[in-house]
Amino acid sequence: MNLQVNILEDNSVQYFKVVGEIDAFTAPVLKERLATVQSVQGLKAQLDLSEVDYMDSTGLGVFVGFYKAVTANGGHVKITGLNRRLNRLFEITGLDEIIDIEMRESEDNDGTI
Amino acid sequence: MAQYDYIEIKIPAKAQYVGVARLMISGIASRLGFTYDDIEDLKIASSEAITNAVQHAYGDSEDGEIVVGCAMYEERLEIMIADHGASFDFEETKKHIGPYSTTSEERFQREGGLGLYLMETLMDEVKIHHEEGVTVLMTKYLGRERGEENVKRSANS
Repeated sequence: MNLQVNILEDNSVQYFKVVGEIDAFTAPVLKERLATVQSVQGLKAQLDLSEVDYMDSTGLGVFVGFYKAVTANGGHVKITGLNRRLNRLFEITGLDEIIDIEMRESEDNDGTI
Repeated sequence: MAQYDYIEIKIPAKAQYVGVARLMISGIASRLGFTYDDIEDLKIASSEAITNAVQHAYGDSEDGEIVVGCAMYEERLEIMIADHGASFDFEETKKHIGPYSTTSEERFQREGGLGLYLMETLMDEVKIHHEEGVTVLMTKYLGRERGEENVKRSANS
């Protein structure tokens, strides 16, 4: 069980690539990494979750907190690369109505057992 | 008495072991023949209950334990998660599990929030017993259609 967060800056967009499992153990790591940029005014952040194998409410909680902080500072958060499972998690919790999310292309075979 | 195989694991109430219990549940669900989607649902629902126990059952200075018991029936999987630490008698504890009491629900709403909501959404039945610690009993039936998002993809090992 592991989590990696890579940060890249490209044309003023902060791009986060999250790799691994997001649960009670790893969510604090993710939260800490995101906290380093969330108070930047007008931040444009993109979170790529295409290589997240597992996520539960602890991950959703971190993303909601990040979204709130960034939005409060006039920024924007976009979450991309969602597989069918992660997308469903955002849907059933109603968070897809609030946060800008995008499913991974060719989402028919996600093999994340 | 109903026939079932039973597997139990006892983990320290620490976040780094939630994933260990999740792996066990994934293996058991796979053994029972749940679909890929159902296995993912079981992993999330049980992690939510275990996470609740890790975060709320014991004080910072306490070394607590969490018991995760899985009863494998022919047509369903029952998972019991108890945070009072001591090993429990599965049948005996089950007798005391009732429907929601307002108090336990409120407690979870306050502390668990999204977690309890996910447990209820992803499992077929969730019961919470709140007395000398919290015990959660959740059940998922094999081959039960639930919503349009169920995909027929076998995850038999």
